[in-house]
Amino acid sequence: MSLTWLFEPFRHEFMQRALFGCALIGFTNGALSAFIVIRRLALMADAMAHSLLPGVAVALILFGLVPGTLFIGALVAALLVAFGTQIISNSSRIKEDTALGLLFACSFSLGLVLISFSRVSVNVSDYLFGNILGLGDADLWVIYFISLIVLPLLVALERPLLLTVFESSVAASQGVPVNTLKYLLMGTLVLSMISSLQAVGVILALGMLIAPAATIYLLSDSFTSMFWLGGTLGCVGSCTGLLVSFWLNLPSGPCIVLVLGVIFLLAYLFSPKYGVATRLLRPRHLHEASLARWKLNEREQTSANDNEPQR
Amino acid sequence: MSYHRLEIKDLTVSYRRVPAVHHVNLELRCGSCVGLLGPNGAGKTSLFKALVGLVPLETGSMNFHGDSQSLIKSAIAYLPQRTTVDWDFPITVRRMVEMGRYQALGWWRSFRQEDRRAVDRALEAMELAEFGERQISALSGGQQQRAFLARALAQEAHVFLLDEPFSGLDKPAQDLLSGAIRRLAGAGNLLVVSHHDLRTVRDLFDQVIFLNGELVAFGDTNLVFTAENIRKTFQTHIFSGSAHEPDLVV
Repeated sequence: MSLTWLFEPFRHEFMQRALFGCALIGFTNGALSAFIVIRRLALMADAMAHSLLPGVAVALILFGLVPGTLFIGALVAALLVAFGTQIISNSSRIKEDTALGLLFACSFSLGLVLISFSRVSVNVSDYLFGNILGLGDADLWVIYFISLIVLPLLVALERPLLLTVFESSVAASQGVPVNTLKYLLMGTLVLSMISSLQAVGVILALGMLIAPAATIYLLSDSFTSMFWLGGTLGCVGSCTGLLVSFWLNLPSGPCIVLVLGVIFLLAYLFSPKYGVATRLLRPRHLHEASLARWKLNEREQTSANDNEPQR
Repeated sequence: MSYHRLEIKDLTVSYRRVPAVHHVNLELRCGSCVGLLGPNGAGKTSLFKALVGLVPLETGSMNFHGDSQSLIKSAIAYLPQRTTVDWDFPITVRRMVEMGRYQALGWWRSFRQEDRRAVDRALEAMELAEFGERQISALSGGQQQRAFLARALAQEAHVFLLDEPFSGLDKPAQDLLSGAIRRLAGAGNLLVVSHHDLRTVRDLFDQVIFLNGELVAFGDTNLVFTAENIRKTFQTHIFSGSAHEPDLVV
């Protein structure tokens, strides 16, 4: 049997572009997802995705369908929602999630109203689900530069960011600029969202911003590996998804997210330490450590000195 | 041992112009273990937060053997209540203690031999050496509290502010923790511990601070820990300024 079908995708220029874009977006979003998962910003990311809409709409009305202006419109809208949320939650008794929910609903509605004024007809499904096979040079440059900003920033600020996400009051007491770092994290989230806009659309970008680190979170007890392995998983998973979509002739965005989802499901079930199925397969109560201790106690007929429980 | 002290002068902390701690004056000696006692809302946590610069001072100042607050960030370690931490955070005990070194290392410099030794020493001092590779939620409450202490030790802090470290611990865990705290004080550190279980005060602290919005009393435990002061602190209104209805705390 001929295996040419296997290498078929690499022969097309549009697929080479798509793979390159996928690898970059996958890695950046995957690495960033460590922070999204740990800081519990999943809802925030979702909201951000929706709030890009009014910015895109305003840009469309003012300038028509020009990629650069759409990018800037989306950036401004998302930043307004992100900072608006922080400002409302810091200055009143309204909590972050409430402020965010409110702002993003308003922002999305405003976007829909504005789009009805646009003379250009807008394909909302492209916005929601992206079109990675249609990546142009400008899109690739945007993706490339955003990765070039986001990744080095996260790597350089690893320690203060880690202190901040672990326990922000202790971090602040040690002189870490906690609030600045939180805004910065928001900023990088917005940037990655925008770089995903053209490729997989905002809804599916959410999958790439959550699934990789969520998977690694079930496999490892190290934040550093969540970051790097999350990036690697995002990169490999996205490219795999894209290839699968080509081979099976399926839509690309959903394939990417489904591949990441299946990998997550496997970790959820079979992670050696935190897997659900693994836990069920383990002999109940009498796993090795406690069994050994129990036998030891029985033999010596003395109680263990260590009163503190073990898990 | 040199005679180090933490001086707090006329310290007032307010939230949105409502004062939580009023004009507190204290002079705390290094080498002692001080209990901070008061009902809920008495301003214990606010006092701690003011000392580490988490909330702005309305009035007053503090200094630690001559240096003002901005100079002593690494000398003071704040250990928050256990409930404020996400114990599912993907980090091992050792990595958490290593965080104490970040301040000395800055944002980029890599770990040196001496940093690793400082972490080892801190873990050993808190009897956690064997738990270094455990994820932090796989520790008991007392061990978690000692892991916080180890982190502060690795930071080479001199003043330890502990927010309700004994709450929720059973007797053996309490004993282990108080032993650790005693040893730290014995080594010349200053430990200020907020606490609400009055039965254990005499066993734990050299000195006590009674706080009720205002400073009610401060001094050696055997002199100040009296029924009169306890009543004054716990069974009266918390002083929160004349403009506000006082809350009755019994």
